Amino acid sequence: MEWAMLLGMMAVTFGIRYLPFALADRLRLNPWVERALSYAPMAVLSAIIAPAVLVPKGELWLDWRNPYLVAAVVAIIVAALTRNLLATIAAGMGLFALWRFWL
Amino acid sequence: MTTHAFESPGQAFRAGAQNTIPLIVGAIPFGIVFGTLGPVNGLSFEATLAMSLIVFAGSAQFISLGLLAAGASPWLIVLTTFVVNLRHLLYAVTLIPMVRTLPQRWRAPMAFWLTDETFAVVAGRLGGEHTGQFHWYYLGSALSMYLNWQLCTLLGLTLGEWVPDIENWGLDVAMAVTFIGIVAPQVVNRPRLAAVLAAGVCSVWWRDWPHQLGLFAAALTGILCGLGAEVALQDRKSELAEGGC
Repeated sequence: MEWAMLLGMMAVTFGIRYLPFALADRLRLNPWVERALSYAPMAVLSAIIAPAVLVPKGELWLDWRNPYLVAAVVAIIVAALTRNLLATIAAGMGLFALWRFWL
Repeated sequence: MTTHAFESPGQAFRAGAQNTIPLIVGAIPFGIVFGTLGPVNGLSFEATLAMSLIVFAGSAQFISLGLLAAGASPWLIVLTTFVVNLRHLLYAVTLIPMVRTLPQRWRAPMAFWLTDETFAVVAGRLGGEHTGQFHWYYLGSALSMYLNWQLCTLLGLTLGEWVPDIENWGLDVAMAVTFIGIVAPQVVNRPRLAAVLAAGVCSVWWRDWPHQLGLFAAALTGILCGLGAEVALQDRKSELAEGGC
């Protein structure tokens, strides 16, 4: 039963991931769809970031004491100013560590 | 993140792996915790490891453990896995222009290794110049994520309770700040700002929807808001142009 479940999970996961790739030559995307999809990466990533930062422990935490929120705000500022990924990560993680150490 | 063209497959592969390092760090606690939780929730040692090896979908794996513990039927778990992974459909459709020129023997493994993290890393290269080495860059990112996930699952399985509450180390912030570092520089106009804000607000608002459907719906809302703002701004510009004549 355990293995049937695993195979089922594998089948649906791979199926979802592979179907668009398999049909890539035959699928001609409508120009509107293509324009819409140009927003997909930033929209999905924002939808992952926002709850991770604002709801880190299961409840909305809008407070300067929230280390995730402070790290995110600093990361946004550094990213906007430097456009450098490594600097952004270093600043965000560094501030997160400091905040947890102090508070 | 470098955006110049790669000279060789090896260079592209290494760059893909390198740009994924912070996300690998962020995935470590989740992999270890998954390994420790598998047997606790009624999966055998082999099945826990096999789930990481053949399903390779972090959030779906965690949710399946929760459902197993709650005594859900295998069918319900497979169905839930399908719903939780629907966002990958969005990723795969977005990547279609990049994989169209590749043979199926490349597309199948690329699809198998498609994750949030690898999509985030390769999405940074979308829309730029399409280098011939895109698939090697993708593979570098995907394989390093995969290898790390297997090692962490195994570590969690073997060390079990020995790892002192690694989920409280806060390594998950690595994922959030990396995604910020990828997204923030792309927000260069108002439609993109609209997409990002709408997706962020809705994902928090709808966070209690089951099976991460809130995330999926928030992403779609963000996409539509971006497109809507783009069209609205265009209309206004053309009106202004006509008025000026």
